[in-house]
Amino acid sequence: MARTGPKNSARRVLTWLGAIFVVLTAVLGGGVISGHASWAPKLALDLEGGTQMILAPKVEGSGDINEEQLNQAVAIIRQRVDGSGVAEAEISTQSGRNVVVSLPGTPSKETRALIQASADMNFRPVIAVGDGNPVPVESRTPEDQLPKPAAAPANASDSNWVTADVVKTFEALDCVNPATDKQQRSDPAKPLVTCEPSTGLKYILGPVEVKGQDITDSSFSQVQGAQGSVTNSWGVNIVFNGDAAAKFKAVTERLNQFYIAAGGESGNDPKSQFAIVLDDKVISAPRSLAVITDGRPQITGNFTQASAKALSDQLRYGALPISFEIQSEQQISATLGGEQLRLGLLAGLIGLLLVVVYSLFQYRALGFVTIASLVVAGALTYLAIAILGWTENYRLSLAGVAGLIVAIGQTADSFIVYFERIRDELREGRGLVSAVENGWKRAKRTVLASKAVNLLAALVLYFVAVGNVRGFAFTLGLTAVADLLVVFIFTHPVLQLLARTKFFGEGHRFSGLSPDRLGAVPLYRGAGRLRTPTEKPAVVRARNTGAVAEAERRMTIAERRLAEKQGQLTGSSNGTKEEK
Amino acid sequence: MTSSFATFGNELYTGKRSYNFVAAKKIWFIIAAVAVALSILIPAAKGGFNLGIEFRGGSEFTVSNVKTTSAALGEKAVHDVVAGAVPRVANVAGTTMRIQTDKLSEDETIRVKEGLTSAYGVTENEVTSTFVGPTWGQDVTKQALIGLVVFVGLAAVLMALYFRTWKMSLSALAGMLVTMFTTAGVYALSDFEVTPSAIIGFLTVLSYSLYDTVVVFDKIRENTADITTSSRRTFAEEVNLAVNQTLVRSINTMMVAVLPVAAILFIGAGLLGAGTLRDLSLALFVGILIGTAATIFIAAPLYAWLRQGEPELVKQAKKVAQRRADAASEAATV
Repeated sequence: MARTGPKNSARRVLTWLGAIFVVLTAVLGGGVISGHASWAPKLALDLEGGTQMILAPKVEGSGDINEEQLNQAVAIIRQRVDGSGVAEAEISTQSGRNVVVSLPGTPSKETRALIQASADMNFRPVIAVGDGNPVPVESRTPEDQLPKPAAAPANASDSNWVTADVVKTFEALDCVNPATDKQQRSDPAKPLVTCEPSTGLKYILGPVEVKGQDITDSSFSQVQGAQGSVTNSWGVNIVFNGDAAAKFKAVTERLNQFYIAAGGESGNDPKSQFAIVLDDKVISAPRSLAVITDGRPQITGNFTQASAKALSDQLRYGALPISFEIQSEQQISATLGGEQLRLGLLAGLIGLLLVVVYSLFQYRALGFVTIASLVVAGALTYLAIAILGWTENYRLSLAGVAGLIVAIGQTADSFIVYFERIRDELREGRGLVSAVENGWKRAKRTVLASKAVNLLAALVLYFVAVGNVRGFAFTLGLTAVADLLVVFIFTHPVLQLLARTKFFGEGHRFSGLSPDRLGAVPLYRGAGRLRTPTEKPAVVRARNTGAVAEAERRMTIAERRLAEKQGQLTGSSNGTKEEK
Repeated sequence: MTSSFATFGNELYTGKRSYNFVAAKKIWFIIAAVAVALSILIPAAKGGFNLGIEFRGGSEFTVSNVKTTSAALGEKAVHDVVAGAVPRVANVAGTTMRIQTDKLSEDETIRVKEGLTSAYGVTENEVTSTFVGPTWGQDVTKQALIGLVVFVGLAAVLMALYFRTWKMSLSALAGMLVTMFTTAGVYALSDFEVTPSAIIGFLTVLSYSLYDTVVVFDKIRENTADITTSSRRTFAEEVNLAVNQTLVRSINTMMVAVLPVAAILFIGAGLLGAGTLRDLSLALFVGILIGTAATIFIAAPLYAWLRQGEPELVKQAKKVAQRRADAASEAATV
């Protein structure tokens, strides 16, 4: 078997393609076996059913929100949604302004209210602290020993806030495995029983004494030692506005007494703690070591630089009354989505079938190359989507499916450009093997340029995404890449090999590359004669006679002269080939 | 039939059969100008486009598995809750009804939902409600416009880099703009609803239009690479030949691109009714047809026209005319 260059390289390239498939399939298969992936692509909300809310964060007193605030808004929403026990909720930002929340199922009124509510930060004094585990039922305080506060509470730290109900709630509360019951926003004038997620402790807190909105600034820095030396520990600095400074002073005076009474540094009276509460969860509960008169407290403790920054950020944003306006809320029924998908795929298949029929009709046996290429491109795309679903949580939406269907045409176009180029080369009178090589050289550039336009469009659509455009843009871009890959490592090598087969190479009339059908005259006529201009391919049919005169007129001067000379020499001109 | 199409391709390739796209440019330009003007005037006269709920804002209910597809039932359910409302009720798929109203309060939404549940005899979870705020549509519009401007800008740069001549870039963009306006005009004229999905389709059409132009221009560039040293054809004739030579490919590409889209549009629309797929495919269907035509009738002739006046090409055209005159006189004397 003669091992020619192109043939060898074609085989090598096809082996690569096989390798790519094996690797991708192995990756996905590994994911499936490990139980993280599935063979089917993940479906987006519009196909699975659920609710999508688009929220516009609003900061009181300012117009647009900046990126940092938006990220904070996302963090807040994520906390709330996770807290309300919705599994698999997706939260993302959109066009630098909105927060998109996608939830399976329909959110209850409470969840919706919770998601929409403005961020709520405030300071409450601690009345009691407990271990995060719920008290076992048998050792809970019996009914008759539950406190019955006789007097009204004198201040926010007063134990009289602790009623029988509060104790019951407190004992039952589980902060280690927090229940995900949907909580109502708490009443600022009443005590609150809640968890501190970072430590897993649970608290009974008094009513709100200082609001988060009263923070004018917060920062973090290294704590200064006694002589102004810089220590290694980090602290968070808060600045309150004038009004709150006075309130804060009064609170610290009260709490500081508990601290001193308990024995200062070694003491441990929960009532000396002042809890910072965000969305009804304690984020920190520092003890009051001193009376703060200037409204500029510093929180110190076991902070690293990162944790100090995190708390400082939370405080600063807690001060921002970000509220969310629901811009649109969509409930998507799974049945309708499924129906649409089914019909969409059906329409896509019919479309594909039409393309197949058309290309067979147009390109005969070459049409099978188109079909095989489309199948390979489809398989590649499918694997990519399934793998991305697993690794990047990419979900296929209806718009994505539409993108895939639209891409069929653009993918097939690469093959059309290539085949037409090969035909052009054949018309020039080349043999098939060199026509394939030359046609490829020329088609390659065109295909690359036109795919660049496609990719550009997909990228632009993706980055200025609105609503469901993203899914569409993504699949469009993905298929453009898959298509390029397939043209280079499948279609071209396959044609290189086919060009050497008898069926194609000898130009069988059903091969779609028959020089006769293309009206080609070999450039080299044998016996040292080259093709003459008059033998320029022409397929004359009765109804085309009108065009003959036109062709005469269009002959180049050199051709005309030659024709005349030939006519004089031989007294005849070569007959034309005809196909019926 | 096939053989005649192959023959058609052969004749186009050799120049035996040739359609004079370039020479008749005046006609095409006038047609395009009229179409664009109409596309601007019609929406203006009509007071804009028929905007979907995403742009208007409002509430939408979808009822699936209905027993009867009577629109009156849906209207009544809305009227019972909000007297004097003007709901749009449509059957969007086999047994799915869609009811659109102005924005309702949360309480009204729940009551309308209940009304629809009993009116159409379905279970509660077969009625879904959607609510779209009025600012959402403005957002979508703004983003789409940004996308449009960015895409056109980048595409212009890309084409200029690839073709190394701003005239090609400009012609390609002109073809794209004609496509854009006329597609929008068709939308306005036919009262199709403009939804975000239609906007996606719209942006995709632009990419298709450019894409199509790139392929044809590639051939033009190849044919005119050494135009100044040849006296065979004038520049305009070479451009025309290139368009003719790629005509088969243009037709094939258009067919292949339009077939799946048409399948969604005509098969899907009957079964699907309104929705993402239909809106998208509608824009694509119209746009692909117009885009293919714009390449052949607008972009290529415009490019020929833009370059015809270049001194070098004028000289070359004279050379060609001279050759032909010589040949003609020679033939006459023989």
